[in-house]
Order: sequence, then C-alpha cells, then structure tokens
Amino acid sequence: MAISILHRVTGDGMAIVGAASVVWWLVAAASGKEAYDSFLGHATSWYGYVVMIGLTWAFFQHLFSGLRHLVLDVGAGYELKTNKSWSLLIPVAAIAVTAMIWFSILAGKI
Amino acid sequence: MGNGTNIGRVRGLGSAKSGTHHWLLQRFTAAGNILLVLWMIISILRMPGLDYESVRTWLSAPLVAVPMMLMLISVFWHLRLGLQVMIEDYVHEDGLKFGVFVLLNFYAIGGAALGIFAIAKIAFTGAPAA
Repeated sequence: MAISILHRVTGDGMAIVGAASVVWWLVAAASGKEAYDSFLGHATSWYGYVVMIGLTWAFFQHLFSGLRHLVLDVGAGYELKTNKSWSLLIPVAAIAVTAMIWFSILAGKI
Repeated sequence: MGNGTNIGRVRGLGSAKSGTHHWLLQRFTAAGNILLVLWMIISILRMPGLDYESVRTWLSAPLVAVPMMLMLISVFWHLRLGLQVMIEDYVHEDGLKFGVFVLLNFYAIGGAALGIFAIAKIAFTGAPAA
C-alpha cells in the first residue's frame, strides 16, 4: 500500500512542481540571459537543490513503481512473495539511484 | 448497442461509460515518459554546463528540440490523466469538480504550449552569437 501511496504522491508532486519547473527553465532560456540567470539563482540556492534532489527521487520512485504497475498489468508478479520483494526493493533502488546521481554531481564528477 | 442479448445491454455501460481509453493512454504516455525523461536526465548530466550559452546551444539542435517537445507532450498528457484521477478521488462536489477540471486543462495545455514555444523560439533563433 505504501508503494501505491508513494506512486500517487510522487506523481502528483512531479506533475505540479516538476513540470512547472522544467517549463520555467525553458521559458527562462528563451527569454534572455537575465531571465535565465534569475532562474539559475533560484535553482542553485539551497531550496533549489532541495527541490531538484526531491524531484530526482520522486522520478525514480515513480518510474520504478510505474514499471511494477506495467508488470502487474500483464498479470505477472501477483504471487505474495514476488509482490512483496518488489515493493520492498523499489524504495531502496529509488534512494540508491538518487544518492548515486547527487553524490556524483556534488563531488564534481559529472 | 443492442438490447436483445445480455452482452448487448452491458456493452459500453461501465460506471463511467468509458475508461479503457484513459487507462491505455496513461500507459502509452508512460512509455513515452520512460524513454524521453530518462533521455533528458542523461543529456542534462552529460552537458558541459548548465549556463545560458550551453543550454541554448543544446536546445537549438534539431535532435534535441524535437525530443524535448515530444517529452513535454508526453509528460503533460500523462500528468493531465494522473491529476484527473486524483481529482476524481478527492473532489466529490460536481460544481467544484468542473472548476478544477477547467483549471487542470488550462495547466496541462497551457504548460505544454508554453514549453514547446520556448523550445521552438530557441531552435529557430539559434544559439546566442556572443
């Protein structure tokens, strides 16, 4: 159940914060250097990083539980053990990928 | 729809009269999102920098501008369907629900249009000269 709730929360969160942020980024780039620098100022502030790290986690959480949905859609993975192991693995994998990406960025390797 | 047989009477008469279409579109756009958003994330991570010049140069390439536009269509379509389900689950008053759906459509279509226009403007006017 937690995975289902997280799927909705991350989906709705990205729908509002994520999509609007990407459009803001694109419109800022199309509007000129001043607008873009103002966007970058927000994006690279502490709350900008909080939002970007949060969106990264939300994306992978939603992606992995979404893939699980697609598997369940074809009628596979309903055995109790299988079903449980996938639900336990998904949040761990999402946090691991998010951590990997952001440690690489903050360590300057990307 | 016939009324002669049992199947004829129930065909197309689920609780909402439709739904398979919404369900399928949610999956088609999900497939688009997997491909296009992953591509965007990897591309952003591989870019030399996220400053004004780098981003405009990147967005002005046809093989970036077009997938980015498709990404916006896929994402905004998918979120339009997803937020609809959330609204249907939590907003029960008909008048309010109508109003929220109007806002949702404004957001989904307006957001996608704005983003696509921004990409088109950059792609057609090119990377900054200086």
